[in-house]
Amino acid sequence: MTDHLPVLLVVVPLVAAPIAALLNHPRLSWAVAVAATLWTLYAGLELLSQTMASGVIHYELGGWAAPYGIEYVVDPLNAWVVVIVTLIGALIAPYARVSVEREITEDRIPLFYAAFILCLTGLLGIAVTGDVFNVFVFLEISSLSAYALIALGSDRRALTASFQYLIMGSVGATFIVIGIGLMYVMTGTLNMADLADRLPEVASSRTIPVAFTFLTVGITLKLALFPLHLWLPNAYTYAPSAVTAFIASTATKVAVYLLLRFFFTIFGATFSFDVMQLDRILMPLALIAIVAMSLVAIYQENVKRLLAYSSVAQIGYMVLGISFASVLGLTAGILHLFNHALMKGALFMSMGCVMYRVGSVRLERMNGLGRAMPWTMAAFVVGGLSLIGVPLTVGFVSKWYLVQAALEQGMWPVAGVVLLGSLLALMYVWKVVEVAYFREADPELGISEAPLSLLAPTWLLVLGNLYFGINASDSVGVATRAAEMLLGVLS
Amino acid sequence: MTALGLFNYWAVIFLMMVGFYTLIARGNLVKKIIGLNIFQTSVFILYITMGKITGGTAPIFVEGGEDVIYSNPIPHVLILTAIVVGVATSAVGLSLVIRIKEAFGTIEEDEIQDESL
Repeated sequence: MTDHLPVLLVVVPLVAAPIAALLNHPRLSWAVAVAATLWTLYAGLELLSQTMASGVIHYELGGWAAPYGIEYVVDPLNAWVVVIVTLIGALIAPYARVSVEREITEDRIPLFYAAFILCLTGLLGIAVTGDVFNVFVFLEISSLSAYALIALGSDRRALTASFQYLIMGSVGATFIVIGIGLMYVMTGTLNMADLADRLPEVASSRTIPVAFTFLTVGITLKLALFPLHLWLPNAYTYAPSAVTAFIASTATKVAVYLLLRFFFTIFGATFSFDVMQLDRILMPLALIAIVAMSLVAIYQENVKRLLAYSSVAQIGYMVLGISFASVLGLTAGILHLFNHALMKGALFMSMGCVMYRVGSVRLERMNGLGRAMPWTMAAFVVGGLSLIGVPLTVGFVSKWYLVQAALEQGMWPVAGVVLLGSLLALMYVWKVVEVAYFREADPELGISEAPLSLLAPTWLLVLGNLYFGINASDSVGVATRAAEMLLGVLS
Repeated sequence: MTALGLFNYWAVIFLMMVGFYTLIARGNLVKKIIGLNIFQTSVFILYITMGKITGGTAPIFVEGGEDVIYSNPIPHVLILTAIVVGVATSAVGLSLVIRIKEAFGTIEEDEIQDESL
C-alpha cells in the first residue's frame, strides 16, 4: 500500500467529501472529516520521510507511463508543502466542531465539512501532481470549495467577499491556463519534467516569455502578492473562524509552492531570473508589501482584518526570499512557508476562540480579555511574538535566514526593510495586547475561557511555534534540501 | 493572408478583451459573471485552435492510411475539462449572486458598498 501513497493521499479525501455530504449529519460528517485529515497527515509524514531517505518518488496514475500519462512526483519540496497542509488540516478538523456549531446554521454543517475536505483535496493535489494541467484542475477544486466555505460566514459581507474572491481567483486561474496552453503549443507536453527538458530549445521564441508572464500574473494573484491581494482581507475577515485559520495557513502557501515549481523546476532559475529578470519585479513588490501592508494593519479595528493585512506582508517575506534566487534566500522563503502557517494558524485559531465567547473580534469588544480568557490571549501573544520575530519563536528563524540571504548579496537596505517590518509587526501586535491586558473589562459580560476542544488544537500550534523556534534543525534541514534541489546545487 | 490565417487568434483576443473589460468595468454582478464566461470561452477557442494541424483530419484512426495527418486531440480533451470547471465556476458565482440579492436587496456593486458601510 505504501507504493500507492501519493495517489491515496488525494483519493481518500476526494472520496470522503461526498460521504460527508451524503451522511448529512453534523457529528458523523465531522467524524469523516477528522478521519480524512488524520489519514492525509499520516500519508504526508510518511511521504516526507520516504523522500528524505530515498529520493524523489514517481507514481504513474493508472500505470500510464509519463510523459503521456499523468504522473505524481514527490520530492522534499512538495512533501514539505503536503505536511504543512495536512498538519493544519488535521488540527483544524477537531477545532472546527465547536467553532462551526456556533457560527454556521445546523443544516449547512455537513456541507461545510464536505467543502472543507474538498478544499484539502485540491490543495494536496496541486502539491503532489507532476502535470501542469492537473495543477489547474486541482487549483479549481480547492478554489471553488474555498469560495463556498468563505460564503458560509455569518456576516452578509462574507457573500460579497466570496464573490470578489471568485472573480479575481477565476481570472488568476484562467491566466494560468493560458500560460499552460502556450507552453503546450511550443513543446507538446504537459509533464513538468518533460517541459523542463524541452523549454530551453524554444525559450528564445516570443511565445514562451508570454506564457511566463501569464503564469506569473496568474500565480501571484492566487498567492495575493501586493498589489494583487485585494481579494484577501475581506475573505479572511468575514469567513467563519475555522475557515480563515485553514485558508490563511494553507491556500497561499500552496500558491507560493506553485511559484517555486514553475519558476525553478519548469522554467529554470536561469531563464526566470537571468533572462526574464523576475527578481526586478518580485523584490520591489515584496518590499512594498512588507512595509505598506504592515502599516495598513496598524490601523485596523477588526483583529481578523489586521491579521489578514499582516498575512499579505508575510507573503512579502516569502516572495522576497524567493527573489534572491540563492540557496539561502530560497531556504528562508521555504522555511517561512512552514513557519508562517504555524503562527498565522495559531493567531487565527485564538481569534476563533474569541469569536466563540465574545461573538466579535473587533478591538473595542476585547477590553480586558487577557484576564477573562488567559489561555486564548496567551496563545495570541506567543503567535504575535512569532510574527514579530522574537528569538525562541519560529518567526525569528525565518527572519534570521532572510537577513542573512540579503547580507550575502550585499543588500543592506533590504535587510533594513525586513527589520522595519518586524518593528511595524510589533506595533500592530501591541495594539491588541494593550486592549486585552491593560484595559478594564466590563464585569457584567461574564466572559469565560474558551472550551478545551478549541484551546487544545490552538495550543498544539503554539507549542509548534516554540518547538521549531528552539530546535529548528529539522525544518531548516528540509528547507535547505528543497532549496538546493530547486537550484540544482548538489551538496 | 497571414492576418486572415490567424483569424481564430484575432477572435480569441477580441473575445478575451470584451470579457475582461466587462468583468472589470460593469458594476452589475450578473454582468461580471457573463464577462468572466466570455473571458474563459476565449481561452477555450485558443486551445481548440492550437489543436488544428494544417491538412489534418479528425483524430479517428483511418484503416490502412499510414500517411494520414490527424489533428491533435489533446487540447480538445483538456478544454472539455476546462469547460466543466467554467460551468462550475458560473454556478457557484450565480448562486452567490442570488444570496447577495437576498441579503442586500440589490446586485449593483456600488449600492452594495453603500449598504455595507
